[in-house]
Amino acid sequence: MQFGIFTVGDVTTDPTNNTTPTENERIKAILTIAQKAEEVGLDVFALGEHHNEPFVPSSPTTMLGYVAAKTEKLLLSTATTLITTNDPVKIAEDYAMLQHLADGRVDLMMGRGNTGPVYPWFGKDIRQGIPLAIENYALLRRLWDEKVVDWEGQFRTPLQGFTSTPRPLDDVAPFVWHGSIRSPEIAEQAAYYGDGFFANHIFWPKEHFQRLIAFYRQRFEHYGHGAADQAFVGLGGQVFMAKNSQDAVKQFRPYFDNAPVYGHGPSLEDFTEQTPLTVGSPQQVIDRTLTFRETFGDYQRQLFLMDHAGLPLKAVLEQLDMLGELVVPVLRKELDAKRPAHVPDGPTHASEIERMASRRVAKAVQDAEAQSSVAAEAARVGQGA
Amino acid sequence: MTGSTGTSSSAGTKRIVALSAGLSQPSSTRLLADRLTEAAVGDLGERGVETEVTVIELRDLAHDITNNLVTGFPSTKLQEAIDALTGADGLIAVTPIFTASYSGLFKSFFDVVDNTALTGLPVLIAATGGTPRHSLALDHALRPLFSYLRAPVLPTSVFAAAEDWGSGSADDGFPTLPDRIHRAAGELAAAVAASTRSGQERDPFALATGFSPGGAGGSAVGGFGAQ
Repeated sequence: MQFGIFTVGDVTTDPTNNTTPTENERIKAILTIAQKAEEVGLDVFALGEHHNEPFVPSSPTTMLGYVAAKTEKLLLSTATTLITTNDPVKIAEDYAMLQHLADGRVDLMMGRGNTGPVYPWFGKDIRQGIPLAIENYALLRRLWDEKVVDWEGQFRTPLQGFTSTPRPLDDVAPFVWHGSIRSPEIAEQAAYYGDGFFANHIFWPKEHFQRLIAFYRQRFEHYGHGAADQAFVGLGGQVFMAKNSQDAVKQFRPYFDNAPVYGHGPSLEDFTEQTPLTVGSPQQVIDRTLTFRETFGDYQRQLFLMDHAGLPLKAVLEQLDMLGELVVPVLRKELDAKRPAHVPDGPTHASEIERMASRRVAKAVQDAEAQSSVAAEAARVGQGA
Repeated sequence: MTGSTGTSSSAGTKRIVALSAGLSQPSSTRLLADRLTEAAVGDLGERGVETEVTVIELRDLAHDITNNLVTGFPSTKLQEAIDALTGADGLIAVTPIFTASYSGLFKSFFDVVDNTALTGLPVLIAATGGTPRHSLALDHALRPLFSYLRAPVLPTSVFAAAEDWGSGSADDGFPTLPDRIHRAAGELAAAVAASTRSGQERDPFALATGFSPGGAGGSAVGGFGAQ
């Protein structure tokens, strides 16, 4: 089981003292937070990609490249990479490069992005969001999985004899998650490729995601990648902790009440009841997070949103200390113990090397069987004649 | 949701949603919704059709609707109301006329409902107002809203001005409020009796026809590297 954090990289005014970090301060804070994640024993740091204020991370591989150099074990990921508006050729090259820099400690989460104007700014049409995600990812896969690619599609200039460079580390592409909050098409896509499905269920009630994840698991099995409970599921989460739960509520309330996205809407109490947001003691966070497994089945990756809504860096680092010291070790022990042996652990470069090798073997066996049945059929027809 | 007067549902039972955007309590908007519901249920009863009525008082959902606008997702209570609409055979939608149109709360509710949820749903539109001068708001505001949602709006709409609540029977030859309620309810009853919406299975994961997860070059069967 992998535990980590994800950040959207918003620059938000701290409502308790009305101060706003500069872009430079926020960018540096994100890099500090990423290094802290490794220091406190987390497994994953995932960075958002945005091309509109108030968000700063427009260039994720630049930032992740820095983090790669400053860390040893941390897995670097995205939340999310815009598969709709980025050129898949550039994604293929940027992230293969990052794989080499980070010795394989890289995976990605694909997302469509939900900011209307970003599409036209990059010459795309938001109404084509799903077809863009499908075609661009199909090309991206080929660029990673095949050395020389001839390709023609609807959204990009054709490619003849193109090789994306560098090649993925050990010729194995980074593991890919597909993130979606409501589109069954994306769950279907994740299942089709045998990729992971990430449900950032921090804003929606669990029943919705329970159905969406069950659908992904069932389709994963349908496409022959393993049993439904062997599919790769990642979940979001959002917490704020203090030793005493009343203090956590008191400290977090001004940030909650003024947060982008859900601020000035439901009360903190209603929101914690309806969504996975947990504001309380570390034990409450443990108890709540353990219910995710009961709801969604054994899963591979748990990411928490810890640094948004104007929380100062100092508070975020304290939160990470608590997460790494008091919460994750307990969750790791409990969830690893409960996970049956046939259910895979969180994907890594090493496990992907193994999975791709067995996929190639299975494919070879399948091809050989098809060949021999063709040969047998030919022989039978031959005898009859 | 309040005031659900549902009888036990069985095969063939038609579902009617009566939605009131009235804000005062008691509300003449709710009163009009109730009169229309009663007339429609009575008419259906005469046709031998059993009905189950769900009443949605938007006043009770006002906070939930605002929260949905802000957060992008409905509370459980609001989801139940949306589900009732989605699976209904007929809708009686009644709003007070505020500032020349439906009330803001009425519009906000339909703003958070998925734009395909009402497809094919027969709708009886009705409104209340201080004077009859506002009655055309039904045709310039409510009718196009439901047309956009592809919900067929019945020809007769019912407007009740304050003075209509004191109108008697049609002794001068002009139809009065009870006459209009009766005619509108009859139109709704006929449409509800013919509706099959409540019996339809809705698959939230239905993929568009021709959707292929692997793109144009991919196969829809067998998967990528399927074993």
